[in-house]
Amino acid sequence: MTNHWRDIRHADLILINGANPAEAHPVGFRWFMRAKLDRGAKMIHADPRFTRTSAVADTHLRIRTGTDAAYFGGLINYVLRNQLYHDEYVRGYTNAAFVVKKDYEFKDGLFNGFDPKERKYDPKKWTYETTDGGFARLDIDHPRSVLNLMRKHYSRYTPEMVSRITGIPPDQFLEIAKLVGEMGRPDKVMTIVYAVGLTHHTTGSQMIRSGAVLQLLLGNIGRPGGGMNAERGHANIQGNTDNAISWEILPGYLKVPAPGQRDLSDYVEESASKKAHPNALNFFGENYRKFMVSLLKTWYGKRAGKGNEFAFDYLPKPAGDSSWMSIFDQALKGEMEGVILSGMTAASIGPDANQVATALGNLKWLCVMDAFPTTSSEFWQAPGVDPSKVKTEVFALPATHWIEKDGSFVNSGRWMQWKDQVIPPEGDARHDHWVLADLFLRVRELYRREDGKFPAPVMELTFPYRDPAKPELDEIAREVNGRNLKSGKRLETFADLADDGSTTAGNWLYTGSYPESGNLAKRRKGVQDPKRNDPTGMGFYPEWAWSWPLNRRVLYNRASADLDGRPWDPRRAGIRWDRAKRLWVGDVPDYPPDADPRDPKAPLPFIMTGEGTGRLFSSGLVDGPFPEHYEPIESPIENPLHPQVSASPMAFLYDSAAGRPNRFGKVDEFPYVATSYRLTEHEHYITQHVERLVKLQPEAFVEVPDELAREKGISTGDWVRVRSKRGKIEVRALVTKRLGALKCDGRKVFHIGIPIHWGYVGIKTSEHWLANALTPFVGDATTRTPEFKAFLVNMEKM
Amino acid sequence: MATKITPGEAYGFFTDTSVCIGCKACEVACKEWNQLPEEEDELDFLGQSLDNTGELNGSTWRHVQFIDNVPDETMSEGNGRAFLLMSDVCKHCKHASCMDVCPTGAIIRTEFDTVFIQEDVCNGCRDCIAACPYDVIDVNEERNVAQKCTLCYDRLQGGMEPACAKACPTDSIQFGPLDDLRDRAKKREATLHAQGLKEANLYGHDDKVYGGLNAFFLLMDKPEAYKLPNAANAVLPQRNNLGGYLGIFGTAVLGLFSAVIARRQRNMGGGEDPAGTSEGERT
Repeated sequence: MTNHWRDIRHADLILINGANPAEAHPVGFRWFMRAKLDRGAKMIHADPRFTRTSAVADTHLRIRTGTDAAYFGGLINYVLRNQLYHDEYVRGYTNAAFVVKKDYEFKDGLFNGFDPKERKYDPKKWTYETTDGGFARLDIDHPRSVLNLMRKHYSRYTPEMVSRITGIPPDQFLEIAKLVGEMGRPDKVMTIVYAVGLTHHTTGSQMIRSGAVLQLLLGNIGRPGGGMNAERGHANIQGNTDNAISWEILPGYLKVPAPGQRDLSDYVEESASKKAHPNALNFFGENYRKFMVSLLKTWYGKRAGKGNEFAFDYLPKPAGDSSWMSIFDQALKGEMEGVILSGMTAASIGPDANQVATALGNLKWLCVMDAFPTTSSEFWQAPGVDPSKVKTEVFALPATHWIEKDGSFVNSGRWMQWKDQVIPPEGDARHDHWVLADLFLRVRELYRREDGKFPAPVMELTFPYRDPAKPELDEIAREVNGRNLKSGKRLETFADLADDGSTTAGNWLYTGSYPESGNLAKRRKGVQDPKRNDPTGMGFYPEWAWSWPLNRRVLYNRASADLDGRPWDPRRAGIRWDRAKRLWVGDVPDYPPDADPRDPKAPLPFIMTGEGTGRLFSSGLVDGPFPEHYEPIESPIENPLHPQVSASPMAFLYDSAAGRPNRFGKVDEFPYVATSYRLTEHEHYITQHVERLVKLQPEAFVEVPDELAREKGISTGDWVRVRSKRGKIEVRALVTKRLGALKCDGRKVFHIGIPIHWGYVGIKTSEHWLANALTPFVGDATTRTPEFKAFLVNMEKM
Repeated sequence: MATKITPGEAYGFFTDTSVCIGCKACEVACKEWNQLPEEEDELDFLGQSLDNTGELNGSTWRHVQFIDNVPDETMSEGNGRAFLLMSDVCKHCKHASCMDVCPTGAIIRTEFDTVFIQEDVCNGCRDCIAACPYDVIDVNEERNVAQKCTLCYDRLQGGMEPACAKACPTDSIQFGPLDDLRDRAKKREATLHAQGLKEANLYGHDDKVYGGLNAFFLLMDKPEAYKLPNAANAVLPQRNNLGGYLGIFGTAVLGLFSAVIARRQRNMGGGEDPAGTSEGERT
């Protein structure tokens, strides 16, 4: 989240897309309700299903799954056409005035720089025209200014076009557009909240970006009650991402080194953003090297020095990626020997579960660390599988549950909150990180005894824990914070990190979380005493836990005030320039704390970017500088905008890339759109072991639209078979009017709803089918996230 | 917000269905706190919309109802009125028929003005089950006594709000002193009416329903939509049958007369009339 949970109460309008917070985040949802109850905020829920969120929203808008970029595109067009954007903000806080290079083009569904053979763009082709100083040329009235290119790009997203794509009738779309358009006023603010309903698409990154672009136009980024807010899944998924669970990043969103980078300078040159404006601070780009060197010093200690480029050579420079699907793709190809699973069950969570089962069976060994048996630890004896035919050796290591260990959870709002161990581990259960530490020590011992290829990265890794086989999470938290190697003291801010090897930081974003004064994630000054603990009254509670970066509660908060430093809306101030004190006050400023905004050399408001502004136009994603609507890989219609390039030209098609046939269904054989999702009663697959929750939702089912059920003679409780090109499930039907028909490009479209929680492990799950048997093995161009939320199926009564 | 809980004051629940999100946290919190058993054969798919609990009974004291009235339109209103979600519970009636019929005196009104079944006094006769107009009570098979929501009597004695209210993330279930709750409820109803949600109506906040309910509701449809008796029907027999009372009274008076006459007749040496005598004595 750019903002945080509690902050949602400050919004005037809440757009919810690709999310179902009342069910997936019921506790955080209280702040949506407070906005509604205390300030009369309006809540608009655009979703294919009428869910428990829609139940209390003001308006539910039925939208075809996978078309949110068209919905946001339509809103962008409405705001631009009717001059409803926040003019001062757009001019001063976005790159609207930047002039784009001549070769920019968008034609027949493709941007410039596309290589059809490789199915790849060259994002370096999406850049600004420069002046003599090497900075971007600025002229908002230029025909190729970002603003004018946007006007042209989005002019195609008329209410009629939006309707053809999304299924929302034009008059209803305009009703919403009118509400949204009002949010460009400085005294109004809107938040957009999304979750995996936007990410689980081949166009997921661009859908999210389209929401962010709309928010920039309306001047809502950086403001309390505004922002672009991702509701993260599990309790610590934000912490996972920050600490490099994703394949393309190192801790703190530093890029994974790429082939051809010979030294740190190459790496920084290719990874860090460059100053495109003289007043841009470009903080991330300018300090990239310091962050990377401090990370390398953390990992390789004394072995990392100026003489060896701080051990940059020790890091892999992978040509391929190791995204989730790529791992199992390699297993399918027989290129993967073994897999260790921790905190997830591959057999259930991945797309095309039958293919994943084949991949698991292709391994020599599989090690599952979990507190409970999972579909992965038991895949060899799943219904229909002959255990004698499975060659994979499976190890199940009992791991502790989070309730059996201390450590931190980082929530969606970036708050790092420390927790204590509640109960001691049961039986032989061990912490996952102890298993990994033990494994590392044994591998290192093997290298010591038997040598091996390139031993240095293993032999020289620092492992500075009291008991190296049992690192304490507190020790790791201190290591992540980093310290000054000369004084030996832990650092208070990443501004003190250096590139000369004198500092460490396991993750620069977390520097300051554990200074000499102690672990700030343990702080609990909250609602017991709001007057003292929330001095601004804005709900920042600065001494409740710790929020990255630097305990800042709202990212980009310089943009919450006008050019002179006065809050756009004094009743909902983020920060403001105190002329007497000559300081920014309020939240922890996302800006130099003493930079006078009236100084002509004052840094531009978005200090992290090379432009110094928010990016309406960006080369940060690999599939286009402006968000564009593409159809899901399996879709009931051709893209009305450009039928010749209907789906994303860069969606990653694993099967064909590996020489396997693509198994995608066509609408004549699979006439219904399916979308998969979670229910409030369960957490992923783990709660199949919790009796109370199994009772609440005991059995797999699919939700079937009432009208379609009548056509097919299906009643609630009937068994139905749902098939895709890849697999089938046989489950009960729940007939409901909460799913209805849509008319898209002249075609009647029905959605089938597929909750995911069941498998063949748990209290009452012995014969359940995996929902992901149906989903396609295909990923988003930038992130490789699978398309769980939009695919085609057929359905029959059994 | 911590409510100060003082014995001698009346407490209850205000359940505002317009903000219920059907998360069932109340159901689970109730079962966990009260250690209610889960029976193996209950793990069934009921298909009552998203509800698989089915009903209030001896081991389910909070139950979220799901009533699916979502219209066909592409754009529709939520605001709690299209997909009716309601966390149901014992109403802790002023005129509590369960208490009236209990032969052992197991059902009492507590110092918090709530209706409570004393486990160790209940003999499992089931009279209260038949008497409850809301089908709230049932015999808990494990303990073999009649059970229902206690309004967390044990928590109230310890100064804590009931588990369901504590767990409710949207404050759909609010606990507090009854007068406070009634004020809050009226304000909430007025707000919804001002927003054009005319169907919002309070149920059980005044004495029209069984003399008043300590656990009352803000509903987003007619009470019948939630299977609740409306005000016209929600009265105990004694209030419906004033005529009947008069009849009984008349009979009694006649009986008394006949007894007097019989006695006089007996005194005069006439035959016995035991029936008449007994009628007279009972009066």
